[in-house]
Amino acid sequence: MIQDLLHSQPGILNFGIFFVLALVLLLVILGFVTYAILAERKVMGFMQLRYGPNQVGGPWGLLQTVADVLKLLLKEDTIPKLADRPLFILAPVIAFAPSFVVIATIPFTDKLQFADIGVGLLYYIAISGLTTIGVVMAGWSSNNKYALLGGMRAAAQMISYEIPLVMSVLGVILLTGSMNLNEIVAAQENVWYILIQPIGFLVFFIASVAELNRIPFDLPEAENELIAGYFVEYSGFRWAFFMLAEYVYMFAMASLTTVLFLGGWLPIFSFLDFIPGAVWFALKFSLVVFILLWFRSTFPRIKADQLMEFGWKVLLPVALANIFLTAIIKELLSLF
Amino acid sequence: MLRTEEMLLNVGPQHPSTHGVFRLVLKIDGETIKEAKPVIGYLHRGTEKLAEDLQYTQIIPYTDRMDYVSAMTNNYVICHAVETMMGIEIPERAEYLRVMAMELGRVSSHLLWWGTFVLDLGATSPLLYAFREREMILNLLNELSGARLTFNYMRVGGVKWDAPEGWVDKVREFIPHMREQVKGYHDLVTGNEIFLNRVKGIGKYTKEDALNYSLSGPNLRCTGMKWDLRKNEPYSIYDRFDFDIPTREEGDVLSRYHVRFAEIEESLKILEQCVEQFPEEGPVIAKVPKIIKAPKGEAFVRIESPRGEIGCYIASDGKKEPYRLKFRRPSFYNLQILPKLLEGESISNLIAILGAVDIILGEVDG
Amino acid sequence: MSGEKDLEQLKKEAAEKAKAAALAKKKAREQQESEVSGAAALEEEDLAKKKAAAAAKAKAAALAKKKAEEQQAGSESEDPEEEDLAKKKAAAAAKAKAAAAAKAKAARAKQESSEADGDDAKAKAIAAAKAKAAAAAKAKAAAKGKQEGGAASDDEKAKAIAAAKAKAAAAARAKAGGKGAEAPVAEEKPSANQPYLDKYVKVIEEHLGNDVLEDSYINRLSKDVPTLVAKRETYYKVVQFLKYNEQLGFDYLSELHGVDYETHMEVYVHLYSYKNSQSVAVKVKLDRDEPTIESLCPLWAGANWPECEAYDLLGIKFINHPNLHRIMLGEDWVGHPLRKDYEPYDVEV
Repeated sequence: MIQDLLHSQPGILNFGIFFVLALVLLLVILGFVTYAILAERKVMGFMQLRYGPNQVGGPWGLLQTVADVLKLLLKEDTIPKLADRPLFILAPVIAFAPSFVVIATIPFTDKLQFADIGVGLLYYIAISGLTTIGVVMAGWSSNNKYALLGGMRAAAQMISYEIPLVMSVLGVILLTGSMNLNEIVAAQENVWYILIQPIGFLVFFIASVAELNRIPFDLPEAENELIAGYFVEYSGFRWAFFMLAEYVYMFAMASLTTVLFLGGWLPIFSFLDFIPGAVWFALKFSLVVFILLWFRSTFPRIKADQLMEFGWKVLLPVALANIFLTAIIKELLSLF
Repeated sequence: MLRTEEMLLNVGPQHPSTHGVFRLVLKIDGETIKEAKPVIGYLHRGTEKLAEDLQYTQIIPYTDRMDYVSAMTNNYVICHAVETMMGIEIPERAEYLRVMAMELGRVSSHLLWWGTFVLDLGATSPLLYAFREREMILNLLNELSGARLTFNYMRVGGVKWDAPEGWVDKVREFIPHMREQVKGYHDLVTGNEIFLNRVKGIGKYTKEDALNYSLSGPNLRCTGMKWDLRKNEPYSIYDRFDFDIPTREEGDVLSRYHVRFAEIEESLKILEQCVEQFPEEGPVIAKVPKIIKAPKGEAFVRIESPRGEIGCYIASDGKKEPYRLKFRRPSFYNLQILPKLLEGESISNLIAILGAVDIILGEVDG
Repeated sequence: MSGEKDLEQLKKEAAEKAKAAALAKKKAREQQESEVSGAAALEEEDLAKKKAAAAAKAKAAALAKKKAEEQQAGSESEDPEEEDLAKKKAAAAAKAKAAAAAKAKAARAKQESSEADGDDAKAKAIAAAKAKAAAAAKAKAAAKGKQEGGAASDDEKAKAIAAAKAKAAAAARAKAGGKGAEAPVAEEKPSANQPYLDKYVKVIEEHLGNDVLEDSYINRLSKDVPTLVAKRETYYKVVQFLKYNEQLGFDYLSELHGVDYETHMEVYVHLYSYKNSQSVAVKVKLDRDEPTIESLCPLWAGANWPECEAYDLLGIKFINHPNLHRIMLGEDWVGHPLRKDYEPYDVEV
């Protein structure tokens, strides 16, 4: 349906349909974020010998995040007097928008996808890089030293880890022969790429955690060092936008991991294909999210200089070697 | 047109990693610290001035508020000073209760340090694990003294109350449990590669530096100095116990970490022996005059607190209040080396180095 | 400008006020003291009665203890180590006793109510002895019980307990002996640290001359720490010598602070030698109106903050200090709180 719409003539009706669909997707994602935050707090709670939210909305605290968001909406919106006002206001928007835009290309099942573009993977990586601008903008415009340090750290980190991230998926692209996410999933019909591309997967996963700014790579916001990093001066809903961007990226990155390495909506064994693809996707996706949460409650934070060293001296060479290896194996296989 | 500029950064007085109201004025170039200037005094309550108008027993609760993480050693040091001046002999049972309370306090203090230190490095979970065991200790001390943090348990000549029925058995049960948990802590954090990368070789100083800067406690022992007042200048009944002084040679943050952990084990050893030797009955406070008057003169005693040497100086003119009271507060002395350690380090290392000194601001500021 | 002057004026006024207040206080204190001494006499009479009763009880206890001791001597083969230990302990206890006695004597010389004071010390000693004896008896019983249990693994524990017991017994014995001999013999006995003090003084005088020290004594109240009182001019030289001299080697600054004695200021420094495991206290008296003294920072970097603290709270100025500032209260604080004539300065009042 959406493919047809994409190719149809522009008009008021089409605009309306797109708008409504986007709104629905946004609501779905907000719903996910709401419960991802709850899940994070619950999982961390259980790992840390405590309960997590258990008051608002029943014994599982189902409405806790909703209450939190309401509180954020009601909070006073403060802008520091000496801040660069236009940039300060623009930054959260620039940080959030790309996170939402990238989701358009992700195939949740073979039917449920918004835009099936030929260079879906490239599109994802290119757009997600834009968030860095928003983060640096926030750090700069706040006119706060901690925010500035956080912004600089974020820029350095996101750029350094974007490269191994791209390099690590090149193996997958080589094997599939396409950058279309649908085709990548289809190519995993028999065996998932996590088994064929274990090195690529490891590099991708580490780099994606770094991209997500989560522990152990949460240096830009390291609350014990920089208090909150680039969004230290933000409050209320502007602050919520940064948090939202972070969790939407988590959603997107977990989806991408599922699509690239865990076979997307495909069942684990073919005789299990009576279970709908959406369920398979959700299961694999949840597993990835859980691992991300698990990381958060176990690891300490890495150091800034070690982060750079690790990105450039370890991850990048390994990713390059992986490409080389994949190319050789593919050539050898095609010979026989 | 490119140029760089040094920046002045205020870390604190409100900052999550300064554990209170400590302020560091940093001159930084990017993330490299060029110069660090500690500013203290935000928590100065004038304990020493207040004490000049208080009777000796009335001063004890004030000492609770100095090093509020191990208040028992503070309680002890003032009582010990007065007892030394007056030549009071402490009943056996009181001595054992005091030692047990102090050693439990030492374990809980090191646990709190461990939790917050690792939290500063970004690991959130260990804090809660540390607090689980700390809670057990606080419950034990609560049963003993009626308070969880500011115990006010010791008196000149002994302790305020006898241990409640079955308390010693609870301590006995606690010891193996704690040993087990310490193993778990090591599994959780000590071997972690990221953790090691952050603490190994950071904040190094030599034995000579340590002596030059008057460091004491684990901060001194991490340089290979085998020195513990409990062993080398035994006070109370510490000469009866068999325990080691854990030391490390490296003098970096990791070595301080290991020394503190080893000290937990040693404290447990002492507790074990205390429980075995605990006299079944007897008075818990010596016969002391109703109104305590230290004889005219002066005295300085020092004991080993979890943070180092805590000392108490009393100058008395024979009245019921001290003429001058002065505490040698280990955190205050230990913190002096900080500017030297921070020079040329990054902000990430600052957190590790500051955390490893183990300061309690109530004590730094007196 | 005018604001500053105002402040100056205010400060001056505050200082004057403070002085007046201090005078008044002093007078009041003197009065009070005379009153107190009257009241004390009454109190002490009461105390003496109680003490007599305590003494009677103690005698009985001593008897019991003696018996216990005999039993102990008979029952077990005391290994030499234990005996050694006991001896040492006894010596230590005797020392302590001596200290107490000396204290008592000093007090006697000074005060009218000296006899009561002496009694006080005695009674205390007796009470302590009684407690010790009881502890010893109990410890022994425990040890016996353990041995009857006969478990080989208990051996160590038993030993520990035996050692504790021996210590207690020895202490009690020493105390009883002290009581019997009525102290004067012990009084003359010098402190174990006396040789150390003599050595320090000798070495210092050999190298720095005879007139660098004002006084030197053993501070009986403070665990017998050898105490040197340096002269204002020679303080730095003495401390430097204490640190760098081969024989002395006091390499650790444990504590530094000031005291306001109203007639003079005093700086108290506690040094420790890790090489010789010995402490020494160095004191120096300063002129109260203008207390200045050399800083120890060139010798120990660790003297930095304590000296700042002394400057902040007492107003002692340290020459050659790298950064003497008001570390606790801030530069705009008026007055030095630990001075005895300090009056809080408050603009609002």
